[in-house]
Amino acid sequence: MSSILELKNLGFVYGQGTPFEKRAVDDVSLCIEKGEFIGVIGHTGSGKSTLVQMLNGLIKPTTGQVLLDGEDIWKNPKEIRKIRFRVGMVFQYPEYQLFEETVYKDIAFGPANMGKSGGELDFAVKNAAKFTGLKKELLQKSPFDLSGGEKRRAAIAGVIAMDPDVLVLDEPTAELDPMGRDVLLSQIVQYHKERRNTVLLVSHSMEDIARVADKIIVMNNSHCVMFDKTKEVFSHGRELEKIGLRVPQITKIMLELKEKGYDVSDGVLTVNDAFAQISELLKKEGKIW
Amino acid sequence: MVRDVAFGQYFPGNSLIHRLDPRAKIIMLVAFLVIIFCTFNYFSLLLVTLFTVFYLAFSGISPKFYFKSLKVIFVIVIITSVLNLFYGTGDPLWQWGIFKLTVDGINRAIFVTIRIICLILSSSCLTFTTSPTELTDAIERLMKPLNKIHFPVHEIAMMMSLALRFVPTLLEETDKIMQAQKARGADMESGNILKRVKSLIPILIPLFVSAFRRAYEIATAMECRCYRGGSGRTRMKVLHMSKCDVFSFAALGIMICGVILCNIFIPAVI
Repeated sequence: MSSILELKNLGFVYGQGTPFEKRAVDDVSLCIEKGEFIGVIGHTGSGKSTLVQMLNGLIKPTTGQVLLDGEDIWKNPKEIRKIRFRVGMVFQYPEYQLFEETVYKDIAFGPANMGKSGGELDFAVKNAAKFTGLKKELLQKSPFDLSGGEKRRAAIAGVIAMDPDVLVLDEPTAELDPMGRDVLLSQIVQYHKERRNTVLLVSHSMEDIARVADKIIVMNNSHCVMFDKTKEVFSHGRELEKIGLRVPQITKIMLELKEKGYDVSDGVLTVNDAFAQISELLKKEGKIW
Repeated sequence: MVRDVAFGQYFPGNSLIHRLDPRAKIIMLVAFLVIIFCTFNYFSLLLVTLFTVFYLAFSGISPKFYFKSLKVIFVIVIITSVLNLFYGTGDPLWQWGIFKLTVDGINRAIFVTIRIICLILSSSCLTFTTSPTELTDAIERLMKPLNKIHFPVHEIAMMMSLALRFVPTLLEETDKIMQAQKARGADMESGNILKRVKSLIPILIPLFVSAFRRAYEIATAMECRCYRGGSGRTRMKVLHMSKCDVFSFAALGIMICGVILCNIFIPAVI
């Protein structure tokens, strides 16, 4: 596998030179491989949103570089729009960006800006709608007549329709009901599986991240403090708690069992795995038959 | 980008000017603006300019931001001073067609330039050092006598403070929406005027929708807290005049006397 995104000593300072100066991202260096599903976690204000906005050149880093396929995305500032088509970005509460008369037109905004038209455009729109589970009859409605969850889907479809190589989602499931969260998350996973592209998911839900991510970036105080496989990151339960994060409940239970001296592995991510390990343990101790 | 405009921004701080009563600041600013236009010779103009510099120095805000606020009106200053330059009466020093340069014109140009600059600097000083809530509070207090003629002072002040309160929110929102549409390849930096105006639609529509949504939300929130207008409301922060205010009024008074004396004893140039 080859790396698609490489961050080199990336840093960003808000309001440089004013009394409101604030360092949001400081000296982040890491490498993201093609096709990986990356989770980004960190408490509010840790710099994760700023970090992801630098990936497609929406904000220009004050220090360091972002390399996309080995090339600095700011090498040619006039071509920055092309970068934005390759690194798709879904913002927090993306439903507030909807503006067209119909859902169809709104989804088509991105790909039309790329220069697509006719059948190609139609295909991109319908495909994106399918991925996000938008019903066909909704496409001709006004986006302002949709329900909250449907608006969210429409907005995400608007980015997916550009068919980006890297898809960045900033808390796509925030404020959705539990059912809606699960469905949307599965659709994102399905999308990742079928397109085999790179996905970055920013989330506050450790359970969601544990379910879907291969690797995790942990942000704290504008620094990247951990970047490793999901299992590895979640086996550092104590460190995560120190910076105001937590591990999934099931992982925590297993970590505590281990601390008590039971022979279980750390970084257990799903209830099924935990069940398997615990029943194994009970069998060994002769308490289960 | 949107936030680069320095004019009208508030910089928190604890300088002498910050601590002045906002009412005092408004009254002083109005008096000062009047006196700026009552300068008729170079001595009084110098006095006004020195007072402005003196006032700014006490505000504890970096000169950089004052320059920034001047940048906004740079074009206006240039246009008015050039117009005044050729508008003077008297013997021409130099003539080219209808353009004639006179001593009077040069004087007028210098006066108008310095007056506008002092005007902008002193009003920037007020907005830089006074938070929007303090400002509306002060305006409400100052306009209170108008209540007698059934002018809805409290309502106007409430609308002003709500509007001011939403300026940063809407700026932030604009920024966010712009980012989101840019992420979808919206092109706002190139093309002719028509294309640029058209490219604002994806930003303005979501912005209007969200402004209305926020208005509804704040109205509901205010009703939930039993807001029913100004009658019988007390203030959380009661404004007090202090020693500093007396001193600065005294300083302004001396300056005004100086300008009046200059005007009486030194012949006017314009």
